Amino acid sequence: MYVIHRRTPLSSAITALEVEAPLIARKRKPGNFVIVRPTATGERIPLTIVESDSERGTITLIVQAIGKTTQLIHTMKEGDEFEDVVGPLGEPTPIENYGKVVCVGGGVGTAVVYPMAKALKAAGNKVISIIGAQNSDTVILEKEMSAVSDELFVTTDDGSRGIKGFVTQALGEIMERGDDIHSVYATGPLPMMRAVANQTRGSGIRTVVSLNPIMMDGTGMCGACRVTVGGKLKFACVDGPEFDAHEINFEELIARNKNYMNQEREAMETLKQEHQCQAG
Amino acid sequence: MSRNHVSKPKVEKIIPLKPRERMQIPRHAPIEQDPGCRINNFSEVSDGFNVELASEEALRCLECNDPVCTKGCPVNVDIRSFIGLIYQKDYQGAINKIRESNYLPAICGRVCPQESLCESVCLVGKKNEPLAIGKLERFVADYEINTGGFTPPKVDESKGQSVAVVGSGPGGLTVSAELAQRGYAVTIFEALHEAGGVLKFGIPEFRLPKHIVDAEIDRVKALGVKIETNVIIGRTLTIDELFEEMGFEAVYLGTGAGSPRFLNIPGENLGDVYSASELLTRVNLMKAYKFPEYDTPLKLGKRIAVIGGGDVAMDAVRTSKRFNPEKAILLYRRSRDEMPARAEEVHHAEEEGVEFHFLTNPVEIHGNEDGSIRAIECQKMELGEPDEQGRRRPVPIEGSNFMMDVDTVVMAIGQKPNPIIQQTTPGLETSGWGTVIVDGNGSTSREGVFAGGDISRGGATVIQAVADGKQASRSIDTYLTEKRMEEAPVQN
Ligand SMILES: Cc1cc2nc3c(=O)[nH]c(=O)nc-3n(C[C@H](O)[C@H](O)[C@H](O)COP(=O)(O)OP(=O)(O)OC[C@H]3O[C@@H](n4cnc5c(N)ncnc54)[C@H](O)[C@@H]3O)c2cc1C
Ligand code: SF4
Ligand code: FES
Repeated sequence: MYVIHRRTPLSSAITALEVEAPLIARKRKPGNFVIVRPTATGERIPLTIVESDSERGTITLIVQAIGKTTQLIHTMKEGDEFEDVVGPLGEPTPIENYGKVVCVGGGVGTAVVYPMAKALKAAGNKVISIIGAQNSDTVILEKEMSAVSDELFVTTDDGSRGIKGFVTQALGEIMERGDDIHSVYATGPLPMMRAVANQTRGSGIRTVVSLNPIMMDGTGMCGACRVTVGGKLKFACVDGPEFDAHEINFEELIARNKNYMNQEREAMETLKQEHQCQAG
Repeated sequence: MSRNHVSKPKVEKIIPLKPRERMQIPRHAPIEQDPGCRINNFSEVSDGFNVELASEEALRCLECNDPVCTKGCPVNVDIRSFIGLIYQKDYQGAINKIRESNYLPAICGRVCPQESLCESVCLVGKKNEPLAIGKLERFVADYEINTGGFTPPKVDESKGQSVAVVGSGPGGLTVSAELAQRGYAVTIFEALHEAGGVLKFGIPEFRLPKHIVDAEIDRVKALGVKIETNVIIGRTLTIDELFEEMGFEAVYLGTGAGSPRFLNIPGENLGDVYSASELLTRVNLMKAYKFPEYDTPLKLGKRIAVIGGGDVAMDAVRTSKRFNPEKAILLYRRSRDEMPARAEEVHHAEEEGVEFHFLTNPVEIHGNEDGSIRAIECQKMELGEPDEQGRRRPVPIEGSNFMMDVDTVVMAIGQKPNPIIQQTTPGLETSGWGTVIVDGNGSTSREGVFAGGDISRGGATVIQAVADGKQASRSIDTYLTEKRMEEAPVQN
């Protein structure tokens, strides 16, 4: 069923996969995600739908090999199938012509902000985008982002591409220009989203982030994805994943997301051993 | 259903014992794994009855002329007859008899709270312990599974109409089996990657093995029912699309009440606080107990506190116990008598060494610097006036707060329906609790849309979902029959 039609490496550890999922492709809106399970013994993990093609009946997902499951997906080939793909999940991004907006993507988070930027551009907004990455190898979707942005900044931690520094540096410059920014959309690692939220808090610029908590079912049935927003309990899979960045309790979420680090390590070890066995 | 006879013809008794002799036989206990051993595995706790035990237990039945047990059963299984068939060693006949009223006997025989249903009214119980009706039901259901004796019941000629069933829990499975037998084309849409609902992701393997659930699901499929997994109604497809684009003429909502409640106390979002739903889904559906063979992890500490007093709490605490902690503790804010859990499960939990703390109410979860849990702060309670349901309300005792040293907390304080269908289906009326409102026939406020089980009752029981499903399938049949008549070309 969920066959991989096309696999495109974007960097050494990041790949784009075009996957057959006609019902999802038909319904998907920017901001939606899917839950996938690569194999029958696999874990369910959430992935943003970067693009969809209702005619071909496909959706495009981008994964970065970090843990065992993403590593496994990273090694899947064209013609391979996912065991399960379910969606589209989450509330879509509300899209209007707001005027001028800034879209910030950190690391593989660029894959999450890209569909928002594209839709915002299509709705008539002036889009300024920032892509941040560790180094030039991990800068992804630069061409695509540039095609939907009026202006594009690239930052890398080591300066091997674009501005040396973090996305917040570029954002600071844009804010200093005194531009009339209506909204900031930011997705990436939690510390980055927290930094962006802190940066815009004083100015009162509406700031939206797409959260990536631990998820399992994706339909509001387990509470693993719970976050505190404006002092209230929210389930990111059904109430989000996008929330007002100024209202999110980031400290709590960062602590929750660390919960499975040891198990993840153990799973990676097993995976490595399996690979060694296969290789030998 | 012909359950209210005007005159009751005397039915001949087949068991050759005097009532007094029958009443003197003590109730037979099922074969069970030793508690010390079973807390180290996830295999089923109870092996139930073997042929000898079942035959001897059947001898205890009084073969009442007015079998009250059948009235105590929400789907009115003809208990007296199936027990008679067990006595006659016609086990396949017995299971066929049960399946006339209940299509999921291997499941219900295991998880129904018989002590408050059929067994609570059984006449033998007046003088002795009641018949072990559930164990007998399970025995014949397992007999059939083990011998492969199942032949699908007759299916009526196709009615040319199709029905969409949303959710594959016991309610959805029952509606599907009933309607398929009446000649409707039924498709089940299930959000998860496996069918079975709570039977798969909630109730643990050691109480209800998943191959048993699969065996019953296969019997539903044998009637021609199609199951589409990975389809979330309200997201992948909407109810409107089921009618307008896919040609379904009626829809049954059996989506349950899966969304966990939280207590809203400080510290509840620390990393090691789980909902029971998350814990149980990780273990049952995702097989975290086989990690790393299966990829889904579960992180439990050494002193685990589970909060609640129902079946879900009992399953969560007994599951925790099987991960080899120093302590698995149950905290319940009322006393033992008010616990809604099945008596058998409470008994099993005690045997397995679960520590019970009654009249204990958590007020805060205290964390360490690194985000781990240090302790749970509780308050002692006493019982006050009865509430609307007649259960005595717990009242806090001032100044009774104390700390309990734990490192993992599991919330099992109830579930509500998840809001996806309600939010995406115009015209579907819901209550303040988020449940879908139905009339006595299972009809919702939307024409052609029916509902039952946990989505309309909040958290209830498997057999109530089955009973609702049977009621709704009668209503759906009536509705579709009228529709057929209206649409049929007039002949003269
Ligand atoms: C841990 C636990 C233990 C229990 N123990 C017992 C017991 O011992 N005895 C007993 O009688 N009862 C017990 N219960 C209660 C019993 O399981 C439920 O009352 C019963 O399963 C309800 O059946 P249902 O068919 O209404 O829904 P469920 O079994 O909840 O099934 C609903 C199904 O619908 C699916 N679904 C939800 N939303 C959608 C959607 N939008 N689109 C498609 N599919 C959807 C869900 O994934 C699920 O598979 C227990 C419950 C739990 C949680
Ligand atoms: S009430 Fe008890 S004794 Fe009477 S028919 Fe039912 S099971 Fe047998
Ligand atoms: S992922 Fe389970 S509730 Fe959100």
